[in-house]
Amino acid sequence: MPTRIEKEARPETMLLNMGPSHPAMHGTIRIMLELDGERILNSEVEIGYLHRGFEKTCENRTYFNLLIYTDRLNYVSPLINNLGYAMAIEKMLGVEVPERAQYIRVIMSELSRISDHLTCLAAMAMESGAFTVFLYKMKAREFLWDVIEQTTGARMTTSYVRVGGVRADLHPEFETALKKAVVETRKVLKDVHGLLDKNKIFINRTRDIAVISPEDAISFGWTGPCLRSTGVYYDVRKAQPYLSYNRLDFEVPLGERGDNYDRYMVRMKEMEQSLRIIEQAAGRIRKTPAGILAQAVDPAVAIKSSRRQKIKGGIKLSPNLEGAERVKYRDILSADKGYVVPPKEDVYTTIEGLINHFKFFMKGAGIRPPKGEVYFSVEGGNGELGYYIVSDGTDRPYRLHLRAPCFHIVAALEQLIKGRYVADVIPTFGSMNMIGGELDR
Amino acid sequence: MEETKTLDLLKEKFPGEVKDVFTSFGDGVVIIDKGALLSIVKYLKDKPHEYNMLLDLSCVDYLGEDPRFEMVYHLFSLPRNKRLRIKARLAEDDLRIPSLAGLWKNANWLEREVFDMFGVHFEGHPDLRRIFMYDCFEGYPLRKDYPLRKRQPCIKFRE
Repeated sequence: MPTRIEKEARPETMLLNMGPSHPAMHGTIRIMLELDGERILNSEVEIGYLHRGFEKTCENRTYFNLLIYTDRLNYVSPLINNLGYAMAIEKMLGVEVPERAQYIRVIMSELSRISDHLTCLAAMAMESGAFTVFLYKMKAREFLWDVIEQTTGARMTTSYVRVGGVRADLHPEFETALKKAVVETRKVLKDVHGLLDKNKIFINRTRDIAVISPEDAISFGWTGPCLRSTGVYYDVRKAQPYLSYNRLDFEVPLGERGDNYDRYMVRMKEMEQSLRIIEQAAGRIRKTPAGILAQAVDPAVAIKSSRRQKIKGGIKLSPNLEGAERVKYRDILSADKGYVVPPKEDVYTTIEGLINHFKFFMKGAGIRPPKGEVYFSVEGGNGELGYYIVSDGTDRPYRLHLRAPCFHIVAALEQLIKGRYVADVIPTFGSMNMIGGELDR
Repeated sequence: MEETKTLDLLKEKFPGEVKDVFTSFGDGVVIIDKGALLSIVKYLKDKPHEYNMLLDLSCVDYLGEDPRFEMVYHLFSLPRNKRLRIKARLAEDDLRIPSLAGLWKNANWLEREVFDMFGVHFEGHPDLRRIFMYDCFEGYPLRKDYPLRKRQPCIKFRE
């Protein structure tokens, strides 16, 4: 079946396919261009190459199970996706999250936001010819991901945030790693500012290219750094503060013209603000006693003696459960028994713990929000990341819809590149931060 | 202006079309008749309400109920920092609702998505085609009666 542009194109023009397999099309998107020489007369953006039926899958998984699918939406900042989902459920259930877990969540989402912006700008710079910038930014991202890996156990598919808190407490050496990552990222940001801000080649390819007016940006439903680059002040963290963002001091950088350069600049400045947030939050986190594992007994011994008496001390757990010991539960997870996985020590040694464990994982039990519907949004790397969840009172969502920020942003691509040159598509598309997983779901 | 005031004003202005108003988890919810969608949305987009952003648009399939489908619109007011949810039911034999593509530019793609996933026809949409699935795809995957594991490969599997 011919697409729209094939039907509309004039006979004297040329049709050119960019993508779906094109190095600049980050993942999978196809842009059909109608060209008159180098000039783009018309274009058509085709998406859906990465559609995996996220929403359909979620309808058939329990609330606890489907958390892992949220990682795969925006795979550069999975922690923010986890967070948005968990907080939507918490809003329905009315769960209180401990303060320490809130700060951990703030730190983790800001780390993800920085890595998201770094990835976007690195790719954008590389595609405009600045390969050094790409390498520098990837280096900084590695330091950030080291911290994330140390905390969550994974680099990308983290599944770290839980309904009611987080999965595990911070690593004992978290602070050292975080400090190193912050210092290294600052250094890279300084270098990149020096390399690109006044670089003539970069400016020529980004300044006043793909300009969008604030009215159009609002009409397209843009949010996040792309909307702020047009000078509109809207940040979910400030407008509808969640977690402890209203207790932290940070600014929301704005652009002026809404062109590619402003989108670059807003992201650069936002990373600096995120680093500020991380430092403040890390400073306020209460220290927890270390070395609990030292006095812990072997599981086999504990189970044996649990028949006679209640186990008071610690039990040696599998290294996978590091940070999720019973003593730490108070600080990282909500006290509501029905919504969180009980500590493994209890499950192994007490009958109540075992019952709680089964009641959480049994079919038809577990997290069951009340009948109704909820919309909750967090500030993702690309903008407002919203979850609309309809619950029918069972253990599976009746409907789960994701408001993907980059879906709205990419919808404007056709308008932005109209009348420009082919070479302008690359930095324009790069500055939008299209993430296939989130766009196509 | 408070959310309850917006809802009361809306009820006053459209007594016949607005079926119910309430708040749910802090967001205002309006249940309307689908025929009045355009006039209500236009009224909300202007002052004093200024819901100038179409945040999201989706559909829910309540299989077994009549009317079966429910369109859900999320509007957002940047100047007032308020969200509003508008819901309208659609019967299975008359799956049509006015398009908002003339009011907001992102409605174009959002409505294509709902058309693709649920088969809802948007009257006045400039280019209503599938967006995620391919053109030869049959059926509407997010409907509740579409089997979860059904396969429709675009190119036949090799024997």
